[in-house]
Amino acid sequence: MNLRYRIRGLGVAVAALLLVAACGSSSGNSSSSCGASAKSAADCGGMSALVTAAKAEKELNVIALPPDWANYGAVITGFTAKYGITVNSANPNGSSQDEVNAFDGTSNAPDVVDVGQAVALANTAKFAPYQVTTWNDIPAGAKEPTGLWFNDYGGYMGIGYDSSKVPGGAITSVTDLLGSGFKSKVALAGDPTKSNQGLNGVIMAGVANGGSLDDVSKGVDFFKQLKKAGNYVPVVGTAATVKAGQTPVLFEWDYLSTSHGKDVSTWKIFVPSNAIIGGYYSQAINKAAPHPAAARLWEEYLYSDEGQNLWLKGGARPVRMAAMTTAGTIDKTAAAALPAVSGSPQVPSGDQTSKASAYVVANWSAAVS
Amino acid sequence: MTAAGNPALDTAARPTRGGRRAGLSWLGVAPFFVYVGLFLLLPTAIIVVGSFTSLKGGVTLENFSGINKPYMVKAFTNSLSVSAVSAVAGAVLGAILAYAVVTGRPNGLLRRSIMSASGVLAQFGGVALAFAFIATISTVGFVTIFLKDHGIDIFANGVWLYEAPGITLIYLYFQIPLMVLVFLPALDGIRPQWREATDSLGGSTWHYWRYVAGPLLAPAFLGCTLLLFANAFSAYATIGALLTNGGTYVPLQIQALLTGETEQSQPGLAQALALAMIVIVVVVMTLYTLLQRRTTRWLR
Repeated sequence: MNLRYRIRGLGVAVAALLLVAACGSSSGNSSSSCGASAKSAADCGGMSALVTAAKAEKELNVIALPPDWANYGAVITGFTAKYGITVNSANPNGSSQDEVNAFDGTSNAPDVVDVGQAVALANTAKFAPYQVTTWNDIPAGAKEPTGLWFNDYGGYMGIGYDSSKVPGGAITSVTDLLGSGFKSKVALAGDPTKSNQGLNGVIMAGVANGGSLDDVSKGVDFFKQLKKAGNYVPVVGTAATVKAGQTPVLFEWDYLSTSHGKDVSTWKIFVPSNAIIGGYYSQAINKAAPHPAAARLWEEYLYSDEGQNLWLKGGARPVRMAAMTTAGTIDKTAAAALPAVSGSPQVPSGDQTSKASAYVVANWSAAVS
Repeated sequence: MTAAGNPALDTAARPTRGGRRAGLSWLGVAPFFVYVGLFLLLPTAIIVVGSFTSLKGGVTLENFSGINKPYMVKAFTNSLSVSAVSAVAGAVLGAILAYAVVTGRPNGLLRRSIMSASGVLAQFGGVALAFAFIATISTVGFVTIFLKDHGIDIFANGVWLYEAPGITLIYLYFQIPLMVLVFLPALDGIRPQWREATDSLGGSTWHYWRYVAGPLLAPAFLGCTLLLFANAFSAYATIGALLTNGGTYVPLQIQALLTGETEQSQPGLAQALALAMIVIVVVVMTLYTLLQRRTTRWLR
């Protein structure tokens, strides 16, 4: 056999391969109308059609979802086990802005994002409207009316602490932290000039010290005093710093703070009754999602009873909690395990958050450095 | 390109037979120019363009007015002062160490071990260095805890590790070895005969340093100090890993502006800050080159 035939044979094989690949992708898209235009499962021809279309896409790209964040690890494995779709998780510790920055139009771009409210509001032009089957259970203030973004889970800003390392073994008010027993112990779980969680920590300190959702200056003042007392640690608290003991007192969402219990058995969470600051994260679908059907099925899964109860098991409060409690589908054991909170929660609006953010950005450096 | 290429072209063509090879000699330097273009010139161009672009896409000078905000000015003063202090301290300590090495035997064990240690440590920056300090002398570092158990609290007056003194200390860890590496050639260029000549003309040690070695080494010393300054000024990963929250230093402000999720993401301002850093480093490196030229005139 001479070389020329071999090469020709190879050419045919390559052409055949390309043809198969082309057929594969075209059949995936044309088998249903579950493309980027579907605004609900009904547009696809019902849930089972959506499932079939999503399975044909085989993969789902997600970004900035740490496995220990609100039980995301279990959510991802649960989704894969149920539908056999591989979840590609990129940059688990990224910020909400990193998520949107990754919309680059390639096949690696995230299909879905889980973002803080500020980023959700600023990027609606990049999202596709979609309403999950359980849409009506989501309170009106917690979603964009057409479904460009919709809140998913949340909780209250708390102070997590290692009770073996604080004076008296308990924190009962935010001003306790200014005491001399808290030398280089108090940290935030994010840089407030750029992280939603960090900013809410400062807002909470402000409300607890006589400020309000409209006036974050008291919160910045509080951290200035903390810094002056030598109690503030300029390190972002994470599971690792808590485990190492570098950040024994940490302003953090209560549902994220509960996860430190497995590393530090004496870990407790304090939510001040005079400053219960609520915050929710939102889901949204990339308008140019490389796997449009899988993206929509992912949202259906997150807002199903199963998905919502998984948040609850992670210590977060799912957005359908009220409706599910009425319907009796809520996981009662997990609901009872949430940190006890007395008082009425306040949720900063988008406007209040951006005003607070602008103030913190302009004044934070002067306060803590 | 042509101006830079011509000398190389001439030297390559001269010793051999004719003009034909000149065309091919470009191939040898092509990878270098492609590399410099892709990783130095292109990013710089993107930053320059980006710093003059508004969020909506038009041309603007707005980004530069953002540098004038008090916290940005503070970021620059912090970065500049930490770089300056660590450069001067690193230069002085590094020069003393280098002098100790030079007075030893040329191929002795001391010289060889210090040179290899410096080669390694000058590159030992970034996350690994920050972690080394966190593990040893942070609030939970083992040295801190050991000293505390023996009645010494190094953080009695506050945690200085995250402040300018701490960052300067950490930077010295790579500044001193770098100084040894870059200053040693200058010290090697000092001939023992000059010292002997001074002695035989009746000069004292003071005269030797004041009128002979000092003036010869001064340009090299200043040049190396500038290099150290640029080295510290452009360092990012070390402080990035150490000060994960609220570090008022220029590279950290750039990072915050690019990744902020609270509506504060301003890529244009970030690029304007980067351009300001580039300008500072270019000025410093130009001075460095001028001083180096002066140094090489005497020390060959």
